[in-house]
Amino acid sequence: MNLETMTLFSPQLAARFDALVLKYPVKRSALIPMLLYAQDEIGYLSDAVIAEVAERIGITELEVRNVATYYSMLRFKPAGKYNVQVCTNISCMLRGAYDIYEKFQEELGIEHKGVTADGVFSLEEVECIGACCWAPAIQVNYEFHDELTPEQVAGIVAGYRGKAEGKAANA
Amino acid sequence: MPRLVSHPDEVKVVSKRFGLGAAQIERYVELGGYESVKMCLEKGPDWIVEEMKASGLRGRGGAGFPTGMKWSFVPKQSAKPKYVLVNGDESEPGTCKDHLIFLHDPHAVIEGTIIAGLAIGAKLGFIYLRGEYRYLLQIMEKAVADAYAKGYLGKNIFGTESEFNIITQTGAGAYEVGEESALMESLEGKRGVPRIKPPFPAVVGLYGGPTVINNAETIATVPHIFEMGAAAFAAVGSARNGGTRLFGLSGHVERPGVYELPMGYNLKKMIYEVGGGVRGGRGLKAVVPGGSSTPCLLPDEIDIGMDFDHVGKAGSMLGSGGVVVIDDTTCIVEFALRTISFYQHESCGWCIPCREGTDWLKKSLTRFHAGFGEAKDIDNIQYLAENMMGRTFCPLGDAAAMPTLGFVKKFRKEFEDHLNGKPCAFAKHVDLAVV
Repeated sequence: MNLETMTLFSPQLAARFDALVLKYPVKRSALIPMLLYAQDEIGYLSDAVIAEVAERIGITELEVRNVATYYSMLRFKPAGKYNVQVCTNISCMLRGAYDIYEKFQEELGIEHKGVTADGVFSLEEVECIGACCWAPAIQVNYEFHDELTPEQVAGIVAGYRGKAEGKAANA
Repeated sequence: MPRLVSHPDEVKVVSKRFGLGAAQIERYVELGGYESVKMCLEKGPDWIVEEMKASGLRGRGGAGFPTGMKWSFVPKQSAKPKYVLVNGDESEPGTCKDHLIFLHDPHAVIEGTIIAGLAIGAKLGFIYLRGEYRYLLQIMEKAVADAYAKGYLGKNIFGTESEFNIITQTGAGAYEVGEESALMESLEGKRGVPRIKPPFPAVVGLYGGPTVINNAETIATVPHIFEMGAAAFAAVGSARNGGTRLFGLSGHVERPGVYELPMGYNLKKMIYEVGGGVRGGRGLKAVVPGGSSTPCLLPDEIDIGMDFDHVGKAGSMLGSGGVVVIDDTTCIVEFALRTISFYQHESCGWCIPCREGTDWLKKSLTRFHAGFGEAKDIDNIQYLAENMMGRTFCPLGDAAAMPTLGFVKKFRKEFEDHLNGKPCAFAKHVDLAVV
């Protein structure tokens, strides 16, 4: 593949990756950030994404997969546009995280790692997200929502649904 | 935005700029920032290390190793470049202090990193944040860019001959990467599995060069030591435990939050006065004193000073300073199960005692909690956990085994009550698929 003419990524991201590989003492240090940023744009690590990342770093696709499968934020199937990640680890659990998680399951009609039919939401039960003192907490993509009650769940879902529809209308 | 809390007993050193807009470089400087690094540039590496030793600062990541000592282990002469690596992969359940540091005081992390670099003779530092902290990474990236623009980073920092650079890095979801050798692997673009030690990172670390690895809170504390003076900093804490600590109070406590208290502050007082007591006036069942990997303490064991030595003497660890309060409505078996489920998920699988041990502990506890346990399971759980201890490359195996042992030993009666096919009264969320 000629990376100068053919890339899966937006011109901005491609430019960012061009700089990223030059940033470290060793090129391969760019691998994990590159995978995560690629996933942010494309939605998941498709075969094509893995091939391009391997090419950019100068390692084999197998080596990329070997690393990518280790990290729990990296995925190989599409998630929803808004990936709801509910922490149920100890500090959150003690303050009702499982009630929050059940409420999201009800509201979205999906289970752990499920994706809604319209592709707008996916749901995950996740490990500690570093918001223990503001529990129970969730992340929707990278956005934190702290000190939640089950009553707030419907509103959070409606908020993101509105965003998704707003964007669709603009498109 | 995470809520900030406050209590009159707090001694605000590391958190003194929280909520004051210090993420803006001008504001940080206005509040006295970047003065310590200038002092360090003048005084030189030997003085820095001696001051760090005198401060009594011990690593805030969990192990509590004296920071000045760690820095002194880096060889003065090295054929390979040396590095500073800041561990912001904050992932220990119960811990969210670094979250606030990155959010409110990113320049303190940068300033501390430069000072560490000056001390060991490194020209490059890395600040590694867990992948979930994207908004904090963006704050750090902006702070680093601003520091370059001001000439605080790059060649000739602060108009001197010295050079120092910082690269920020994101993880992508892995507790294990908080272990120092796994962190280096991850930064080198590999799976986060631990390296065998020795050699220690101070001799052979990142890219094979001598490397100092410090927790983000440790690094953010460094500039304050030079601002206050090492002796004054040491005097704030207890013997051999200099300074303050960002304690994270969470769980069943009336006023959860991150509180900065002197090292050695009484745990009971922390829960009942600073934290306002157990939520809803309920009884206290147990306290996890330093993040989920530390063995729990019973209510009659919490009248202790919160420093590395006293918590150690009480049979647990100060760890990451994440204090999780558990009230008397909580099922300890379920709590133990949730804890081990985490370690089972996060075990990197490199060492068999950890990979298999966490998996079997999770299976045993799941079955037990669901009411299908047998009396011998209690001993088996203990036996399994005991045999994980000290038998792995990195401390994750211990981190999984230690709390489990604590729960089984201290709450044996509650485990026994689960027998006879009776799921516990609080049983709610059991995944039988793994039984």
